[in-house]
Amino acid sequence: MSSVTGTGPAVEARLWDRFTIRQKRVMWAWAFLAVPIVFYVGIRFYPTFQAFWLSFTNWDLLRPAQFIGIANYQRMFADPQFWQVFRNTFAYLIIGAPVSLVISFVVAYYLDRVRFMHGFIRALYFLPFLTTAAAMAWVWRWFYQPVPIGMINGLLANFGLPSQPFLRSTEQALPAIMVTAIWAGLGFQIIIFIAGLRAIPSTFYEAARIDGLGDWAILRKITLPLLKPTTVFLVVFSSIGFLRIFDQVYNMTTNDPGGPLNSTKPLVLMIYQTAFSSYQMGYAAAQTVVLFTILLVVSLMQLWVLREQK
Amino acid sequence: MTAATVSSELAANGRNIRPGRVITWTLLLIGGLIMVTPLLYMFSTSLKTAGQVYDLRLIPAAPTLDNYIRVVSDGRFLRWFLNSTFVALAVTVSNVFFDSLVGYTLAKFEFRGRYFVFLAILSTLMIPTEMLVIPWYLMSSQLGWIDSYWGIMFPGMMTAFGTFLMKQFFEGVPNDFLEAARVDGLNEFTIWWKIAMPMVTPAISALAIFTFLGNWTAFFWPLIVTTSRELYTLPVGLSSFAVEQSIQWEMIMTGAALATIPTLLVFLLLQRYIVRGVMLAGLKG
Repeated sequence: MSSVTGTGPAVEARLWDRFTIRQKRVMWAWAFLAVPIVFYVGIRFYPTFQAFWLSFTNWDLLRPAQFIGIANYQRMFADPQFWQVFRNTFAYLIIGAPVSLVISFVVAYYLDRVRFMHGFIRALYFLPFLTTAAAMAWVWRWFYQPVPIGMINGLLANFGLPSQPFLRSTEQALPAIMVTAIWAGLGFQIIIFIAGLRAIPSTFYEAARIDGLGDWAILRKITLPLLKPTTVFLVVFSSIGFLRIFDQVYNMTTNDPGGPLNSTKPLVLMIYQTAFSSYQMGYAAAQTVVLFTILLVVSLMQLWVLREQK
Repeated sequence: MTAATVSSELAANGRNIRPGRVITWTLLLIGGLIMVTPLLYMFSTSLKTAGQVYDLRLIPAAPTLDNYIRVVSDGRFLRWFLNSTFVALAVTVSNVFFDSLVGYTLAKFEFRGRYFVFLAILSTLMIPTEMLVIPWYLMSSQLGWIDSYWGIMFPGMMTAFGTFLMKQFFEGVPNDFLEAARVDGLNEFTIWWKIAMPMVTPAISALAIFTFLGNWTAFFWPLIVTTSRELYTLPVGLSSFAVEQSIQWEMIMTGAALATIPTLLVFLLLQRYIVRGVMLAGLKG
């Protein structure tokens, strides 16, 4: 930095003084950006291109990578496990995102009007967001155990209902894990919804009341349309979260990751196993390209929806 | 929410407390209590002995800290705790510094290529971490970063989200203040650090909270880049500890509680800032 600021030898100081104020500011800007540019090029852009390149190779950590064309993609699309994983990933998304958004909107809508103990109740909903997914996955896993250990089955037994296999069943395991993920993300969504609700100017509501609109009409005609940017942000945010689910699944199925019988395995877990359990780096890279494509489509849909609005 | 506003609200609403409101309030409270049930049971079971785990009452019959003493005296948790704290703090400091610097430069300097740099950084938001871990792993193994603090930290030292957030806030800083400092002969770095930064402290605290929390709970990359127990972060360590305990649930719950207590304590201390920070980041981001 010293050679730029001119604290060095007198010659340099004179050279520095020869630049106009405008030129100096441009040099400052690039000096500020120098380290970040190296970072973004080296740690973000170069690895992105490398991932695309690796997806066309058979690299396995032992031998140097060899170009094999689209063989990885052919193998993936012919692999029934991939399609199972693909379905699972979308099951997390299609059930998880709407359910969590509806619950969080309803809670936020009513919580926003509550004044008595507002901060306390809000904190109750928000606390799970601050927990570590890896830790809470184990708490939920314990809840789902059979009697006499599992709390949920204990509760069912109290009401005389049959006990459920939960994580041991190929049908119930995925929803059981999804509940954990919804629970963990709810607090964040509620806070964002409340912030969005408060950003709506109260004059809109006053005008609506003067026009004699009821609560339900106000919700439909004023609140929901004006809340659209917040809603779109949360839809995308939670969709991406569910598409990238990993921590909960990994920790709740450690005996047979993604099991039973791959019924809970999401794409990220498949990537992890392909890359770091069987070291098929090229094949795993092809799977990450698929994940990238899915996430890109979701993000572009957000841009499209927001443009419609203008 | 201060006591004064609560009482004034109560006075204002005192006339029309309707049954509907009471029911809504009660339902919200019950929902909130269900939300914290897993946390309560985690703490409750961590205070029970192995024989009491089957007793599903929330309040332990004979609470004991034995589990905590056993888990902590083992020493590994302390190490993992320190690893996580160090990693999360270092990454947070780096983000606060660099994201602000870049955000400020993009908001307040005029130069050719500014818009391109901004778009390039913003475009990295589209790249999922999962896609980069394989190249990062390759890079780390070539450069000897596997199993090192730097290896855990390097991918997160700057983020596009943080840069974008800070740029939004720096755009709201009036140019007059910066010009006045320039007339006084301060150099650009000092102007940023001493004049501009103090004007965006709410954004800095939001960024710091998000970065710290995100790195404290991070699991995927630390799981990949660490292989020796000494270098595990708390979530990765807890996961390996829980697998090793198999069905000793009271020990697993103690480990989970130890991983959760720090963030809950921080929340209780900084609740106001955290909630405001999440709102700020959500609205601007």
